[in-house]
Amino acid sequence: MGRFWAVFFVASAVIAVGLCWVAPSHGLWFPGTLKGGFGAGVAHSSIGKRIDDLFYLVLVIVAVTYIGTHAVLGYVLWRGATIKAEEKVLFSHGSHSLEVIWTIVPSGILLYIALYQMDVWAAYRFKEFSPKKAEAVAEVTARQFEWRIRYPARGKTLMPTPQPDDVYTVNELHVPTGRPVSISLKTEDVQHAFFVPELRIKQDAVPGLTIPVWFDVDEPRQYEMVCAELCGWGHYKMKARLIAVSDEDFGAWKDKAALEQFDDGFKKPAE
Amino acid sequence: MSTLHPTLDHAGHDDSHGHGHGHHELTFIQKYVFSTDHKIIGIQFLVTTLLMLMVGGALALGVRWQLARPWEYMPIAGDLTFGRDGGQISPEYYTMLFTMHATVMIFLVIIPVLAGAFGNFLIPLMIGADDMAFPTLNMLSYWFMWPAILFFAFALGLGPEWLTHVRGGMDAGSAQGWTSYPLLSALKQAAPGSEMSQTWWLMAVTFVGVSSMMGSVNYMTTIINMRAPGMTLFRMPLTIWAMFITAILQAFALPVLTAAGFMLVADRVLGTCFFIPAGIVVNNAAPTIGGGQTLLWQHLFWFYSHPAVYIMLLPAMGMVSDMLSCMSRKPIFGYKPMVYSMAAIAGLGFIVWGHHMFISGMNPALGMTFMVSTMMIALPSAIKTFNWIGTIWGGRLQFNAVMLNCVAFVSMFIIGGLSGIFMAAVPVDIYIHDTYFIVAHFHYVLFGSTLFGVFAGIQFWFPKMWGRLMNDSVAKVHFVLSFIGFNVTFFPMHLLGVAGMPRRYADPYHFEYLSHLLPLNQVMTAAAFLMGFAQFLLLGNFVFSIFMGEKCGRNPWNANGLEWTAPSPPGHGNFDVLPVVYHGPYEYSSPISGDKDFLMQTEYIPLAQRGVESGH
Repeated sequence: MGRFWAVFFVASAVIAVGLCWVAPSHGLWFPGTLKGGFGAGVAHSSIGKRIDDLFYLVLVIVAVTYIGTHAVLGYVLWRGATIKAEEKVLFSHGSHSLEVIWTIVPSGILLYIALYQMDVWAAYRFKEFSPKKAEAVAEVTARQFEWRIRYPARGKTLMPTPQPDDVYTVNELHVPTGRPVSISLKTEDVQHAFFVPELRIKQDAVPGLTIPVWFDVDEPRQYEMVCAELCGWGHYKMKARLIAVSDEDFGAWKDKAALEQFDDGFKKPAE
Repeated sequence: MSTLHPTLDHAGHDDSHGHGHGHHELTFIQKYVFSTDHKIIGIQFLVTTLLMLMVGGALALGVRWQLARPWEYMPIAGDLTFGRDGGQISPEYYTMLFTMHATVMIFLVIIPVLAGAFGNFLIPLMIGADDMAFPTLNMLSYWFMWPAILFFAFALGLGPEWLTHVRGGMDAGSAQGWTSYPLLSALKQAAPGSEMSQTWWLMAVTFVGVSSMMGSVNYMTTIINMRAPGMTLFRMPLTIWAMFITAILQAFALPVLTAAGFMLVADRVLGTCFFIPAGIVVNNAAPTIGGGQTLLWQHLFWFYSHPAVYIMLLPAMGMVSDMLSCMSRKPIFGYKPMVYSMAAIAGLGFIVWGHHMFISGMNPALGMTFMVSTMMIALPSAIKTFNWIGTIWGGRLQFNAVMLNCVAFVSMFIIGGLSGIFMAAVPVDIYIHDTYFIVAHFHYVLFGSTLFGVFAGIQFWFPKMWGRLMNDSVAKVHFVLSFIGFNVTFFPMHLLGVAGMPRRYADPYHFEYLSHLLPLNQVMTAAAFLMGFAQFLLLGNFVFSIFMGEKCGRNPWNANGLEWTAPSPPGHGNFDVLPVVYHGPYEYSSPISGDKDFLMQTEYIPLAQRGVESGH
């Protein structure tokens, strides 16, 4: 019976690894994987790509550790199940050298991950394209349960307070592609979080704070934008879109949006 | 007295006979209800937490039902609260379900079952004391749970409206998540669940805190002062070390939560502004005044709640160490590294709370600091895991339900620990924060590890509680169903998290990028129901075995600990004679113990016999 249980635990690990192995081909991986094809499911921002690289690095380390520990676990269980009646139990209180090895090796690996990732975090929050260096394209204000977005007029810069010629949208964040841009993230009421899964970007919107978030988008299309921090009963329906377009299209869109917004229905009579 | 080493040639048994036994008659109420006997209190805690486990599980099944059949008829809950709407639950109700599921499981199951039930029952027995240092305080620590349970019921919307002032019953139950982040929890206008039910919730958490604090003071005092002669610190079973370290954690972390809770209550009731910034307009109510900081709550809350994660894990680690050693018939591998790594976890546990807040908007430089400390806390956990595997290595394994649950603990803890590395990597956490990856991670630690450890502990110490064994075959069936149900429910959550599915969504499928996840969620829900109903096997086995289980003697497992020298069940005062300790608790298969494969801590082996057989 003991052998059965050794196999049982090893089988559970094999199934877990197998499930992860086939998951991407069944759409159970990063968003976009389901559509298939080469490059599906990759991040669409430069910081997102670095996050993915780090994810895969951790995944490899974790997978090796998981398979290794479960192989050993399976072995010791099998050995304990097949021990003969006359065989002596190993009477050991431990091994100093083993303890030293399995203290130093994991701490080396952990320190490596810790140091390796610092650069990505620094890039996201304050190095390279810090929010101050990236162009502020919009102010995104979350509220129960929608996103209100304010853009500066074409050719102007985003001011902390609303300006008469600002352009507004609801639940649609328009950004230009190909260069780093930033948004000022605010909330009007409770806490929310700005999350664009395909860009791997997430930031809480905290009452009383204005938090700059920078990102760049590589492919002009629409991305889904969701709320990731519990904000009340309608948390699940803060559905919005991030619409990335080329620089020219972005300018054209803003002109059109401004025209629509300031159109009061009055037409100049024909002269 | 506790650190006295007995002389090797003197057992010291007779002179301690009959100490401290009061032979006055106790009424039924004194003996079984308001009892000051640590064993009764432990059993009271155990029964209460097992019932609460079923309540918390029922709430979880509600959550799972909604995720498998969004906005369809929900049995029982739908009929009770939403009969007029065809039994379709509301989003408010869904937020209440996951809030109260976490609340019940954390505050009324995991924390009290470890510290309350096993801590109370085992500490005096394992260190050779006749009871806790403060028996009355101990009794109060149990009975302070009941106001907490009552207030949580009010927070759930179960009380009468004239008394609780919760308008709307369960539809207006507490719904801020168990983390209760302001402003959702601070402003009454933010949600139906933010009204009176949130105040009840905070009161209940305070009572749980008072109960835990009483226990913690008691455990520390008892373990320091009341150990039997010869029970030096490094002869204590790891369970006791774990309970001791947990008690210290609680004593230092809990006051912060209690203070934060009072501050939040003051914000809600007295009009203070600790957590409320100025000029916030929620649901068209008047703008708020005052210049508070919502992030302050997160810092205070996680300063308690991160150590609390270890409060919810360390005792199970200790218990599993004891049981693995016994069921492998082999000494624990690396006793001192086990102790030191638990101490390291406890110490580091106080400086990692910020890893819950990487994307909260706190200073990014803090993120780096917390990331490094978080990476380092993985190390003692890794050391413990290797030592558990080392303990099994080369042993004569007894594949009973105790052993299986312990191995499941180790296996699940490896998954839970490894998935933690993803979120300790701050940049990766940007993406997986508040997704199902997190849900998978903490369920692997809290359910996969702690609860399987608890299942093992119940079966292991049940004979000491009742003098009878639990049925091993039923326990094995329970184990297999729970293990399969658990893994099928929670392992795919890692994948949902990678797919970007956020937590706490009543209906994620209306997002295009999540719409294909419904079939997987339905499989997970089916597994969750399997797991939930499997727990009736545990309860049934537990109740049935109290009356009909196979009778056993003092030491059915041939274990070494002091508790196995006492009668089963131990009488008032626990031991026939004051135990004297000669060995550590893990001398299984020792060459000096003759033909037995165990060596009780109280068994004296003459020097000559040791010299001959262990001289090389």
